[in-house]
Amino acid sequence: MSQSTPVALEKSVPPDAPLLSVQNLQVEFSTSAGVVRALDGVSFDVRRGETIAILGESGSGKSVTAQAIMALLPRPAGSIVGGSIRYADRDLVTLPAKDVRRLCGTEIAMIFQDPLSSLNPVFRVGWQIAEPFRRRLGIDKRQALAKALELLDRVGIPDAERRIRDYPHQFSGGQRQRIMIAMAIALEPKLLIADEPTTALDVTVQSQVMKLLANLQAETGMGMILISHDLGVVADVAKRAAIMYAGRIVEAGTIREVYDHPAHPYTRGLLESIPSTTVIGERLTPIPGGPPNLLALPTGCAFHPRCPHAIDRCRDEIPQLRRPDGWEPTHVAACFRSEEVLAHD
Amino acid sequence: MTDRPAGPAPSPVLRVQHLRVAYPIRSSVMLRRVGEIVAVSDVTFDVGPGETVGLVGESGSGKSTIARAVIGLVAATAGSIEFEGRDITRYGPQQLKAVRRDMQMVFQDPYASLNPRLTVRDQIAECWRVHRGQLPRAHWTDEAKQLMERVGLNPDYSDRYPHQFSGGQRQRICIARALALRPKLIICDEAVSALDVSVQAQVLNLLADLQDEFGLSYLFISHDLSVIEHLSDRVLVLNKGEVVEEGAVRQIFADPRDAYTRALLAAVPVVRPWLESPT
Repeated sequence: MSQSTPVALEKSVPPDAPLLSVQNLQVEFSTSAGVVRALDGVSFDVRRGETIAILGESGSGKSVTAQAIMALLPRPAGSIVGGSIRYADRDLVTLPAKDVRRLCGTEIAMIFQDPLSSLNPVFRVGWQIAEPFRRRLGIDKRQALAKALELLDRVGIPDAERRIRDYPHQFSGGQRQRIMIAMAIALEPKLLIADEPTTALDVTVQSQVMKLLANLQAETGMGMILISHDLGVVADVAKRAAIMYAGRIVEAGTIREVYDHPAHPYTRGLLESIPSTTVIGERLTPIPGGPPNLLALPTGCAFHPRCPHAIDRCRDEIPQLRRPDGWEPTHVAACFRSEEVLAHD
Repeated sequence: MTDRPAGPAPSPVLRVQHLRVAYPIRSSVMLRRVGEIVAVSDVTFDVGPGETVGLVGESGSGKSTIARAVIGLVAATAGSIEFEGRDITRYGPQQLKAVRRDMQMVFQDPYASLNPRLTVRDQIAECWRVHRGQLPRAHWTDEAKQLMERVGLNPDYSDRYPHQFSGGQRQRICIARALALRPKLIICDEAVSALDVSVQAQVLNLLADLQDEFGLSYLFISHDLSVIEHLSDRVLVLNKGEVVEEGAVRQIFADPRDAYTRALLAAVPVVRPWLESPT
């Protein structure tokens, strides 16, 4: 692998400081129907070598979080209206988008759900993987292609030497995602953001790709943000989880603590909705109702209309993340009734 | 409304025997047939009354092709498809229309399968417009509203358009439409795959309730093994157009015999992997 990773930022960061620290992030979209608060006070840290899963259903804001970090919010509709994204002593919110993108090309990388639409159909994959080496590091073509070959090998494309000259459409979905991963790790990023990396893949391929990501992380020690709607897919790989609902993190903690002792009724409802956790033939216990309209969020806790534990206070006041006595140190939930929810165990 | 069958081995609603579907490969200019891609080769199964048969497999396994062949959207190359004792394999469009009154389909993407310019009421009533004589026009609105209520939609919204509903609600509209002609069999092709998990559970419960109420049979197609496991009585595991394993859902999931089935089951993500015994 390349030894020429930029090191300029290393010395300014203390060893146990978070790699990325998102604080109170607020993102708004202006639509024809009004202004939508897509993220409302999202905070989390990612450390080196750590994987955090951001989980939620469609519209919860999990992908917007990734877009905000990478300066990929659709312009001009979307914009960050508050909070900070600190990476290596810099605030990505105040940095011009052009500088954020430069950083994202080298130190923060991202892979998307649909690998075919992220690859350029008219260029050979070897050329595309070699591009970051040539563009960012100025390595000449022959060396860059040699590095691309190495990467293809590393992400498990069989017969890489021949296939480096193939076009994206000649690969299967799983192989395309491997190629995307190869491109993402090409410059040895310190942080990898994977937005639904396996959602478009078959289950057997999905488990291979998740294993690949976990192995690469163990080798490189990069931090990883895994965004998914599927609570099962991330359980093996992530150490911590944050559950999002209507633009807020409603529960966070170690993944075991969150899954085994969900303290927010929404987390609990999600876990109970999964068919595999229910005995065959028994009825599922879905969350009643549907996800809220961000244009007309309920007052107080956005989940209260669907919540079996809701009390008057939930209608009037927005609950903040808190850790009551006796919980694991990192386990927090934004619910006034967490004690009652936990007592249901 | 029919009761669930009590006696042993009632005659099947659907009987598929040695089904083979091949798509021709044609040359680029003269469109000569230069070969074929076999999507389904030699698949045999029955769906009994009130029974749910699950077809599970990865992309390219032929599961959707089977569904399309059963409902007559693609022609079978060989084999036979019997519906309620009639061989429908070689039926023409007019005959198929009569068959489809009793056999409906729900697709993966509810938005793509609804007409954006029809209200929910018209969407449902279209079934009665096409199959004349099923229901007098004067009853269309009332019956459509009743169906909406039955699938958990507010009947006051019958004049709204598909874009005014959420994904889960749209799928409920599709289910209401599929029920409008009181079919015997509903083919669900990835019907819950596009839905969020909390909404997916609602729709799965609805499908189970409707089956009890109307004695429906389901041919349920999904790539999601946990959904198949939850809903099906019997399962067929498909790989590359062939059935590699078939049996009662409990047996297949507890004791898979085939190597491919085992690999497939092993790859299913486990929500709490730390609870699994290390084996």
